[in-house]
Amino acid sequence: MYRGGPGMLAWALHRITGVAVLLFLFMHIIETSMIGFGPKAYNFTLGIYRQLWFKPIEFLLVAAVLYHAGNGILVMILDFWPASTRYYRRLFWAGAALYVALIIPVGFIMMRRLFGL
Amino acid sequence: MIRAPSVRPAGGLPLYLWFFMRVSAILMFGLVLGHLYIMHIINSTDTIDFQFVAERFTTPFWRAYDLFILFFALSHGLIGMRGILDDYVRSRPWRAFAEGLLWTAGAVFFLLGALILMTFQPGAFRGP
Repeated sequence: MYRGGPGMLAWALHRITGVAVLLFLFMHIIETSMIGFGPKAYNFTLGIYRQLWFKPIEFLLVAAVLYHAGNGILVMILDFWPASTRYYRRLFWAGAALYVALIIPVGFIMMRRLFGL
Repeated sequence: MIRAPSVRPAGGLPLYLWFFMRVSAILMFGLVLGHLYIMHIINSTDTIDFQFVAERFTTPFWRAYDLFILFFALSHGLIGMRGILDDYVRSRPWRAFAEGLLWTAGAVFFLLGALILMTFQPGAFRGP
C-alpha cells in the first residue's frame, strides 16, 4: 500500500488531472461540434474561451495534460522495468524538475495577455 | 520502500484494459503534445476561429489526426474513469449503473465528435 511520500502525491495528481482532462474533453467535443452550425455559432462559442479570465484555466488544462503525460511515462517505466522502482524518488524529482522547467515558459507564453504583453 | 504506482491485473478483461491504457498513452503521446503546441502555444483561442478550423479541415490529414486523438483520448479517459468508479462505488448495482451511464455518455460523445470530423463541409457556409 501507499505510505505517503511523492508516490502517493503523484498518484493522487494523476487521478485528479485525468478526471479534469476527461471533463474538459466532453466540453471540447460539444464546443467543437458547433462548427457544424456555421461561423456565427462557432465564433460565438470560441468567444467564451477568448475572455481574459479563461486564460489561467486554459493554462491549467495544458499543465494538467503535461503532468498526466509525464507521470504516465514514469508509471510505464516502473511497470515495464521493475528494477527502476529502487530509483523511484530520484526519477520522481527529476521529472518534477523537468516539469517545472517546462511549465514556466508555457505559462508565460499562454498567459502573456494577462500581463499586458 | 515505495511500490510501483500500479499493479498489473492477473488476467482477463482488467489485464486487457491495463494494456490498452499503456498502448493508447504511447500512441497518442506525440499527437497530443503536437495538438497542445499547435493550438495553445503557436496559436491560441485568440487566433482560432471558424476560418482557422475550416482551412485546417480542408486536408484529410488533420481530420484523421483529430479522429485518432478523439478515439484514443476518449477511450483512455473512459477506462480511467471506470477504474475510479470501481474504487469508490462499492455497491454492485450502483457500480453497474454508473458504468452504464459512463459508456452511454462515452458513445454519445464519440459519435458526436466523429460525425463532425467526418461530415463537416466548410463550403456549405460560404456566401453565394
